[in-house]
Amino acid sequence: MSKNDIKIALIGNPNTGKTSLFNQLTGLNQKVGNYPGVTVDKKLGKSKLSATQNAIITDLPGTYSINPTSLDESIVLKTLLKKDIAASPDVILVVADVENLKRNLLLFSQIKDLEIPTVLAINMVDQMNRKGISIDLSLLKKELNTEVVLISARKNEGIQDVKEAIIRCHVVAKASPLCGINSKIDPDYFENLKKISPNYSLYELWLMVTQNNYPDTITKEEKEKLLSFKKDVPKLKKYQHKETIYRYQEINKILKKTYIVDKSKAKDLRSRLDKIFTHKIFGYAIFFLILLIIFQSIFDIASVPMDFIDGIFAELANFTRNSLPEGVFTDLLTEGIIPGIGGVVIFIPQIAILFLFIAILEETGYMSRVVFLMDKIMRRFGMNGKSVIPLISGTACAIPAIMATRTISSWKERLITILVTPFTTCSARLPVYAILIALIIPDTKILGFLNLQGLVLLLLYALGFASAILGAYILNKTLKIKARSFFVIEMPNYKLPSFKNVFYEVVEKTKAFVFGAGKIILALSVILWFLASNGGDEFKNAEQTVIAKVENQNLSQEEIQQRIASTKLEKSYIGMLGKSIEPAIKPLGYDWKIGIALITSFAAREVFVGTLATIYSVQADDEDTTTIKQKMASEINPDTGKKQFNFPVGISLMVFYAFAMQCMATLAIVKRETKTWKWPLIQLFGMAFLAYVSSLLTYQILS
Amino acid sequence: MNTIASLNIGEIGYISEESLEIIPLKLLEMGCLPGAEVELIQQAPLKDPIYICVNGSHLAIRKETAAIIQILKSEI
Repeated sequence: MSKNDIKIALIGNPNTGKTSLFNQLTGLNQKVGNYPGVTVDKKLGKSKLSATQNAIITDLPGTYSINPTSLDESIVLKTLLKKDIAASPDVILVVADVENLKRNLLLFSQIKDLEIPTVLAINMVDQMNRKGISIDLSLLKKELNTEVVLISARKNEGIQDVKEAIIRCHVVAKASPLCGINSKIDPDYFENLKKISPNYSLYELWLMVTQNNYPDTITKEEKEKLLSFKKDVPKLKKYQHKETIYRYQEINKILKKTYIVDKSKAKDLRSRLDKIFTHKIFGYAIFFLILLIIFQSIFDIASVPMDFIDGIFAELANFTRNSLPEGVFTDLLTEGIIPGIGGVVIFIPQIAILFLFIAILEETGYMSRVVFLMDKIMRRFGMNGKSVIPLISGTACAIPAIMATRTISSWKERLITILVTPFTTCSARLPVYAILIALIIPDTKILGFLNLQGLVLLLLYALGFASAILGAYILNKTLKIKARSFFVIEMPNYKLPSFKNVFYEVVEKTKAFVFGAGKIILALSVILWFLASNGGDEFKNAEQTVIAKVENQNLSQEEIQQRIASTKLEKSYIGMLGKSIEPAIKPLGYDWKIGIALITSFAAREVFVGTLATIYSVQADDEDTTTIKQKMASEINPDTGKKQFNFPVGISLMVFYAFAMQCMATLAIVKRETKTWKWPLIQLFGMAFLAYVSSLLTYQILS
Repeated sequence: MNTIASLNIGEIGYISEESLEIIPLKLLEMGCLPGAEVELIQQAPLKDPIYICVNGSHLAIRKETAAIIQILKSEI
């Protein structure tokens, strides 16, 4: 970022096409962090405004006003109140929806009063004709005393005008307020407020008083004076109400002169769609049908590219082994790194499909209808209709899901949602489930069209949701937190999803996931490989011990080699670790090799598959490079002489993975969102206990 | 007394001036102003939450909130 770049804050009501405009302005030139250590509050993007002028655009969360009622919205207030000098914007770009300009202008009027140069972009103007709307642009510019641009972000129209307006606006460094809040409400009161400091606009001072949020630059003296205004709370509330009414009056005056709607044209598709999608019976039926389709396609559509990827990595390991000279480095590649990376890459198809569906549900406006349908039900369990969004997007990844709880204004409802979200079946569980289902459930169709394997997967998703709901119920009864619950959500217009927005979202999220999880998996597989190919004296003498032991038995050379390999693994460092926990996991049906995978997958669940792949690769004969699935299918339990991954073990493992909190990244994000280690630790131990007990019961009953 | 919660689907009311100080600020900001026309569009089971259109905004609110906002059946 260079010094001359204009810092722009992008603000607007939710569902105004803010994201579309951001994507048009910045292209794929965006930066978002979804993993710990990276700040996630804001999305940043670079835009070329002209040949000589660049801009850094901050995409702020959608909000209806700068008076925040949720954590999400308070980010907007903090950015605007210059809490963080480096991020304080030079120009504010407000996006408004042409159809509901009146309400969108409320936010604009508040921002204008901050006296920061502001550009108003009125979006979706391509809809104007159809909705019977006409605007007197030049008069509107004059009345609002600011740069106004008509755009259609989805159609990429007017973007150049926005860029030019920003540059013009930037030159006029100072801007004047729109409404001014003092005169109509209580002139004396606001006169006294203004006297406190000349360094801030009156509206900024008013926000400090009403929102109890102060910039770093405020002096102690100024703050004390501001605090004296806070004493009369009912008066503050009353004035805030009056302020809002006054703003709407001013906006109405302006719009009367500049904005005309021919209401006879306004009847549209939305009411007809709403009659079905929010219907008492059809609404729910459609919702569950959509869920069914999503989970069926995760299994059905994704299986083709997944088998393909699995095969490619097996080939790759084979090829590498045959073309490189034998040695430690080749072993590291073929037994550690390649199967490790394969374990991540293999489930890109499933994650991408899941993110695709979620992006489409949000883009079309359907998600708000689900919130409406589910609020009453979720409330019974101490949550909020808005908790549905984290619970659904938790099926992709718990991390963005937990961040999505920021829109819930009640702390108790939000905390419960955060605590139970990790129960929903995230995509990291998918490879574990996928491989176990493929091993123990036959690939048949029931009723002619339902894939049995897909159906089992759906049951696992249902188990995830059910435990989240049940967990919430228990938490609701036990947590002693007093919090007022308030709920309002806008039902946006239905829209066809924009290809560009959906595409960016899927690429963005999949990338973050693969690189975030990929790093952990790659590091762990190298460590694992090292621990599995090294050990103490017993490991080094394994060859002699085995040969001495089998001397008198009539074994073929091949069998002896296999004995040596498995003895080596058993005596390696990782083998010792696995053996040490074997007594604890034996009642669950697991051997020490699975034990190793359990330990490593406490970092991230998907490591399970990669770990087993690495372990079985080290143990396998050199020439024999097969796919992960084949390796697991041929694994024999030495105690029983039967297949290790039989039905009871497979189910017990799936139950374990359904409940256990095995994700360091999620724990870190919960710590960040709840600001204490208490909640992530409760999650970790509570869920591990639940997982252990349930798997124990499952295995003992089934076997 | 008529409130938003007492509307039937498709019915229209007008928010009364007396409600001004009771309406939560957030709703006020979203367009729920005294004098504004409210139409009930849809109800979830048990009439909670409800889906309304007010001042051009389509909103879902809970019954408990709707029940404190008084309305008149004809324009002021």
